Amino acid sequence: MAARKPKAADTRARGASKRSKLPGKEMLEWMYRTMARIRRFEEAADRAFQAARMRGALHFYIGEEASGTGVCAALTDADYITSTHRGHGHCIAKGGRLDLMMAELFGKATGYCGGKGGSMHIADLDLGNLGANGIVGGGLPIATGAALGSKLRGEDKVTVCFFGDGAAPNGTFHESVNFGALHDLPIVYVCENNQWGMGTHVSNTNAGNGIASRGASYGIPGIVVDGNDIFDVFAKTTIAVKRARAGKGPSLLVCETYRHRGHTVHDQAAYRDQKDVDKWMARDPIERFRKAVIAAKAMSKKKLDAIDAEVLQEVEAAVEFAEASPFPQLETLLQGVYTDA
Amino acid sequence: MSAAKVRTATNGETPGEQRLIFFSQALREAIDEEMSHDATVFVYGEEVGVWGGGYNVTQGLLDKYGPLRVIDTPISEALIGGAAVGAAITGSRPVVDFMYQDFMGIAMDQIVNQAAKNRYMFGGKNALPIVYRAAFGAGIGNAAQHTQSLEAWFAHVPGLKVVAPSNAYDAKGLLKSAIRDDNVVLFFEHKALYHERGDVPEGEYLVPLGVSDIKRVGADATIVSYARQVQFALQAAEQLAGEGIDVEVVDLRTLYPLDIDPVLESVKKTNRALVVHEAVRFGGIGGEVAAQIQELAFDYLDAPVKRLGAVHSPVPFSEPLEMASFPSVESIAQGVRELMQGI
Repeated sequence: MAARKPKAADTRARGASKRSKLPGKEMLEWMYRTMARIRRFEEAADRAFQAARMRGALHFYIGEEASGTGVCAALTDADYITSTHRGHGHCIAKGGRLDLMMAELFGKATGYCGGKGGSMHIADLDLGNLGANGIVGGGLPIATGAALGSKLRGEDKVTVCFFGDGAAPNGTFHESVNFGALHDLPIVYVCENNQWGMGTHVSNTNAGNGIASRGASYGIPGIVVDGNDIFDVFAKTTIAVKRARAGKGPSLLVCETYRHRGHTVHDQAAYRDQKDVDKWMARDPIERFRKAVIAAKAMSKKKLDAIDAEVLQEVEAAVEFAEASPFPQLETLLQGVYTDA
Repeated sequence: MSAAKVRTATNGETPGEQRLIFFSQALREAIDEEMSHDATVFVYGEEVGVWGGGYNVTQGLLDKYGPLRVIDTPISEALIGGAAVGAAITGSRPVVDFMYQDFMGIAMDQIVNQAAKNRYMFGGKNALPIVYRAAFGAGIGNAAQHTQSLEAWFAHVPGLKVVAPSNAYDAKGLLKSAIRDDNVVLFFEHKALYHERGDVPEGEYLVPLGVSDIKRVGADATIVSYARQVQFALQAAEQLAGEGIDVEVVDLRTLYPLDIDPVLESVKKTNRALVVHEAVRFGGIGGEVAAQIQELAFDYLDAPVKRLGAVHSPVPFSEPLEMASFPSVESIAQGVRELMQGI
């Protein structure tokens, strides 16, 4: 079971070491568990894919766990996110159920979308997850509209819009950030720069002095974040969310991170320089977290390992659930195209 | 006759006194009434506020409802298209104005990949109460990029409904139904109709989506059409009446879901069908209608189903060229004459 996320405001209440400036114990445990859930979920999905238990493609978030987890740590359950084609991590960080996710990846009737969506199309409105997206840049206008809707309805909700370095040159980025800034919408635009858009390096797709510098064009903060340091992500997102919630408008955060795997499960990523790969692997966000909390004596190795064991059990149960679940009935083929059909 | 009367009826309400009002005013009344009923309905798009809409449809709404419910947007069509999805799935009912249908190309991903598929691919739970409005059609000298009739593009995409009214009465009732609908509705308004007047009763009424309407009862041939071409078909029918040809005119009103039954009933009576639209003939809605007639009423046909549509070219600017590029009252009348001769 997903551990319930503590409220961001309470994170320094208990067990926080002032010297280490780490969040409180409950939040640390939630962060570690969440990052572990993302990685172990995807490793299990990879194994199932290789064993021909699922079809299509998978886009792994492995290596970027600190980004989505650190961002969602700064949100309430009622806040919204929009996600991307690399969206398993965002869904899990927003509280997604691994069993329903895995069943969806297997194309089973018990999955989040009854098998209609698959890996790239999982949403859970009850958790504020407005959905992953198969189109690069496709979620930016949707997130902006959700924030507009919250403002019009007078709801105290912030929307986080996840997108990647591949979407930053898309027109939807500029159209959306411009509109969000124009209306001081309660939204945080989070660019996860994992260095690669499919097989093209960010340096070959984005002109200018870094994606974060584009915030200045629209009169909003543009902040570079160490996307592999969950504490940096959490701290900077907390400021951006506070600003959004106060009606002061959007921020643009750029989490510098790295896609450990290829573009999809089919991609061996032979286009990468091994030295660059090694450099980023040494910054693995989960390992960094372990070292930081052990050094600060904020969490014990024993506790971390215990969480790992629990997560493995949860993931195994999710796979078993997916395996045991039935495929959708053919009668469901046309269900859900329209509300009245 | 009786079937036609039932279909022409509104929703059982007693209509008030008739007024002769502009098509654009009928649309404005629809939006205004729905905004006054439901605080989650809001309007945004290009020039909807201060300007009052490219064709004056939203005039006065900014003053009445304020800048939170009537929002002028930048010329950012992808944002305009996609923001509706985010607003709709979180609880609002956006009525979106793209101004010209031609501009929707920039928003196609948001309409086709996002709005149309959101409900289905996420498991059928989300409501998407979105109306995308746009002006379409040729005939007033707007040239190639402001005159297209692209409704077939949208009707081809599962998850979208497509509406194209032919008169003020239908425009108002259909738009009110579209705003109340929990699905994505593309609402296309022929720009030459905005300043046409039509009978619209006082008081509120609905015209349901997905119901074709018999606009003229006849015995000898059936013309199937929608939007402005229905007006042309009715004028052609008057001409033909003088020649002793009694034409029935079926107005599809909604292109998806397509209500084919009144078309079939009509063809079974007249045994001849001409399908007319202003969109390019090749790949247009007319092909679908003709195919369904031949699949479902083949034995009743005394002649092949005939189609009229625009020529396969961009819409030209110069008036004689433009007017020659799409069906006219005369070409429709001629089409029926040929149909009667089995040409």
